[in-house]
Amino acid sequence: MELDLFIKNFAEQFDEADVSVFTAETKFKTLDDWSSMTALTVIAMIDSEYGVQIKGNDIRDSITIKDLFDKIIAQKK
Amino acid sequence: MYNPFSLDNKTILVTGASSGIGKATAIECSKLGAKLIITGRNEERLSETFNKLEGSGHQKISADLSNIECLSSFIEELPLLDGLVNNAGITEKIPVNFVTEEKIRHLVNINTFSPILIFSTLLKKKKLNKGASVVFVSSISGNYISDFGNSMYSLSKGAIQAFAKNAALESASKNIRVNCICPGMIDTSILKDSAITEEQLQEDAKKYPLKRYGKPEEVAYGIIYLLSNASSFVTGTDIVIDGGFILQ
Repeated sequence: MELDLFIKNFAEQFDEADVSVFTAETKFKTLDDWSSMTALTVIAMIDSEYGVQIKGNDIRDSITIKDLFDKIIAQKK
Repeated sequence: MYNPFSLDNKTILVTGASSGIGKATAIECSKLGAKLIITGRNEERLSETFNKLEGSGHQKISADLSNIECLSSFIEELPLLDGLVNNAGITEKIPVNFVTEEKIRHLVNINTFSPILIFSTLLKKKKLNKGASVVFVSSISGNYISDFGNSMYSLSKGAIQAFAKNAALESASKNIRVNCICPGMIDTSILKDSAITEEQLQEDAKKYPLKRYGKPEEVAYGIIYLLSNASSFVTGTDIVIDGGFILQ
């Protein structure tokens, strides 16, 4: 399970944003393209790629991409 | 006392009665004199519903009716019915590009196959009295609205509406009526612990012309109308209970 790969998978869910914009410290909810629809897409990607069911509350409680990644790790255990 | 919505002397099966719309429907039907047979997967919550039923002579059967093997024996054990409320259902928000065969099957098994097979098996085994009323709980997501991530849920509920209309035509010769209830968003636990947060639900409720989500009993009253003799001339239709949402 790699953070870099997760950042890449995360970035791929955004149609318009430049991939280089995405780092572990990116506050993803402040991105222009972030919406409730993107949130659903990210949740679906995490389920599909990592077999983990992130909830809306997990998204709400995360600030950075790394925060989200940590939640996946915690649920994988 | 005069009451065209009375359910006295009617035996009614309600699926998904452990919570939400099914629970409210079972309880309200019991207040109008029905004998209930309630089912659900969660034994503890089903018992809670059972303990709130008024009157006597009710039954509770903990069962997963999406399991086809269980279904046939479950139906065999039932008495003759005057009403069926096919309410059990789940939802899942998945964008189209993440839809998989497995996810489609899971949702459609519970929301579409199971209600259809419960009804068809009851018919085949002649467990529905002449004059019985069958209510499918569909959704405005069936054929009225669309939403991001809702394609599979819509598919599963829209299919029910299509089925019900055809079934209504076929069943009319036995004086069995078949109708759908199409609720908008209702205050239940269907979206608890899901991709949608409480805060998002509160914001969403403001989009309703009546500025709120519906209560489970408000859907139950529509179901009761369809189960009662008051709707004896109503078949093959949808009753929308959505706070005006589809008007927009």
